[in-house]
Amino acid sequence: MGRTISFSEAIREAMEVAMSKNPDVILMGEDVAGGGGVDHLQDDEAWGGVLGVTKGLVKKFGRKRVLDTPISEAGYIGAAVSAASTGLRPVAELMFNDFMGVCFDQLLNQGAKFRYMFGGKVKTPVTIRTMHGAGFRAAAQHSQSLYPMFTSVPGLKVVVPSTPADAKGLLLTAIEDDDPVIFFEDKTLYNLKGEVPEGEYRIPLGQADMKRTGSDITIVGIGKQVHTALKVADHLSKQGVEAEVVDPRSLSPLDNQTILQSVEKTSRLIIVDESNPRCSIARDIAALVADQGFDYLDAPIKCITAPHTPVPFSPTLEDLYLPSTEKILSAAEEMIGETLTTV
Amino acid sequence: MKSVEEKQNSIQQEQGLWMFRKMVQIRKFEDAVREIFARGDIPGFVHLYAGEEAVAVGVCAHLTDQDFITSTHRGHGHCIAKECDLKGMMAEIYGRATGLCKGKGGSMHIADFEKGMLGANGIVGGGIPLACGSALTAKVKETDQVTACFFGDGANNEGTFHEGLNLAAIWNLPVVFVAENNGYGEATPFHYASSCTHIADRAQAYNIPGVVVDGRDAVAVYHAAKEAVERAKRGEGPTLIECKTFRNYGHFEGDTQTYKTKEERESQAEKDVIQRFIQYLTDEGIASKKDLDRIENEVEREVEEAIRFAEESPFPSENELTTDVYVSYPTDGGGA
Ligand SMILES: Cc1ncc(C[n+]2csc(CCOP(=O)(O)OP(=O)(O)O)c2C)c(N)n1
Ligand SMILES: [Mg+2]
Repeated sequence: MGRTISFSEAIREAMEVAMSKNPDVILMGEDVAGGGGVDHLQDDEAWGGVLGVTKGLVKKFGRKRVLDTPISEAGYIGAAVSAASTGLRPVAELMFNDFMGVCFDQLLNQGAKFRYMFGGKVKTPVTIRTMHGAGFRAAAQHSQSLYPMFTSVPGLKVVVPSTPADAKGLLLTAIEDDDPVIFFEDKTLYNLKGEVPEGEYRIPLGQADMKRTGSDITIVGIGKQVHTALKVADHLSKQGVEAEVVDPRSLSPLDNQTILQSVEKTSRLIIVDESNPRCSIARDIAALVADQGFDYLDAPIKCITAPHTPVPFSPTLEDLYLPSTEKILSAAEEMIGETLTTV
Repeated sequence: MKSVEEKQNSIQQEQGLWMFRKMVQIRKFEDAVREIFARGDIPGFVHLYAGEEAVAVGVCAHLTDQDFITSTHRGHGHCIAKECDLKGMMAEIYGRATGLCKGKGGSMHIADFEKGMLGANGIVGGGIPLACGSALTAKVKETDQVTACFFGDGANNEGTFHEGLNLAAIWNLPVVFVAENNGYGEATPFHYASSCTHIADRAQAYNIPGVVVDGRDAVAVYHAAKEAVERAKRGEGPTLIECKTFRNYGHFEGDTQTYKTKEERESQAEKDVIQRFIQYLTDEGIASKKDLDRIENEVEREVEEAIRFAEESPFPSENELTTDVYVSYPTDGGGA
């Protein structure tokens, strides 16, 4: 039965289910419990994660399975990778995806490549949960959306959920998956409420979700931008234009077919993503459609992304940095206008 | 700022008063930021330096504008001790165009290269290798500039700490590594996260001097830093100073600090670093209560002015979003 819970509670539930089912699932990260070594907090937490996502898990599973780590990302992310290839199924939290800069080697050159380099003999079932996303006024080193970089690395799987229900089902799948998965959580979505089934369910990786159907224009949104796309779709609908909103949910694997089928139906494609535009998932999807769906298109593909700049601190600039409904709408109107007059 | 010679002897009147002023500036600045943040006028999050003033001030007392510092996420105190402009800092924290970084950086990224302040840092341990870089510049150019590198107890478990100390040691770089051990990295105690008893013990592994000082005693920090700075200037290489300190507030504003016992919070709060320094200055006859009160009043006004300046300043204009990414770049460089 569904009930309404937040994105962050949904993520916690997935971890709780996975840990209850399998004793090999352990959790680690900076202050995932908090208060490690504090006498009065032995089996209790000080924080339960910097934004409270792992709250309650140390009480339920104990400090043996919920490990506070030092601020040593290369150390504990690497340890999680290798614990995974030797019998555990760790879920390691890397607080902000920006800190990937500190520990990238352990994923890029180690975890991602084990299976291939070692001739298919090794499994590395590690999940790295990490926060991304702008809009939190957290400035250049705490606001990036770095999933395109990871998507480009063979051997890593990449998940970017947009709703509480998706987050839970996808995270459970990610934890149970035998490959390394990087699970991106938009910190500005944590309080988003939505209907989420109780108990266990899984959503396969590589299966996009149609968040709205329509026949006039396809809008692919990534993560939080799915919601921006839905707002635009509502607006367009009032003008008699029906947008189809596609949420890929996982970027690696990517559900090429759903995207192509949607464009075949609508003949127009906008991709909305808040990561930087160069070598991005937006351009990756654009290239896919240009390559395999060119004949479906009635207008050039539009990518609405962040600009090629770091994330600014000042709220006025940060708001401009993010894709906005206005930017998407004007792209849509331009495409529709263009195609309507030429058809 | 004071001349180098003036700073060579132990605490002289002018020096003592400078240190007092800086400590009070930090405290009042941080208390103001705390209040403004609580009412929602400062975006994002802030990490306050209140309680740790003696460290930044005791170290920077030996530095001139030509010397460098690297800093942390808890950087306001370092900036103030390195003579950054309070107005420019406050405006930066408010995200205004008149901020030291045009509002683009915010609390965690305040920098002022003209003052030798090479940047607060959002990445724990990020500043440690950077300190080796500024020290290398000084060494290659044969200047006598020193770099003071501030970082927290949490940072001493990052690889950058170990790589940075080793690099500074083998290249004999003029760096003073200043570990600010306030007992916690976020909600995790130092004794849980670190295998050593003292951060200073780790100096031994890199063959450099490591000293522990009471970081709540501005005079003790002053003397330890003096020796380390002089050593660096003599070309004898880096020193690691560990300052045992205490942060008065939470890791960031909003932190309930359940990881500290009530006793710990109360007993530490009693040992206020500024009160202690006032005691020293008056006991030694360096300053009268009247002098100190006057300075406090002046600082009060400076901070009020900084707030007014920030509040009256405009937000950055739209075009600032895409400026400053590069020094030069063709407009149609594919950057979209
Ligand atoms: C590489 C990296 N990891 C984690 C964080 C999140 N973080 C910010 S401050 C902090 C604690 C730092 O503790 P410490 O070095 O002792 O400095 P303090 O806050 O006590 O001044 C953490 C974990 C970060 N900013 N950068
Ligand atoms: Mg600390």
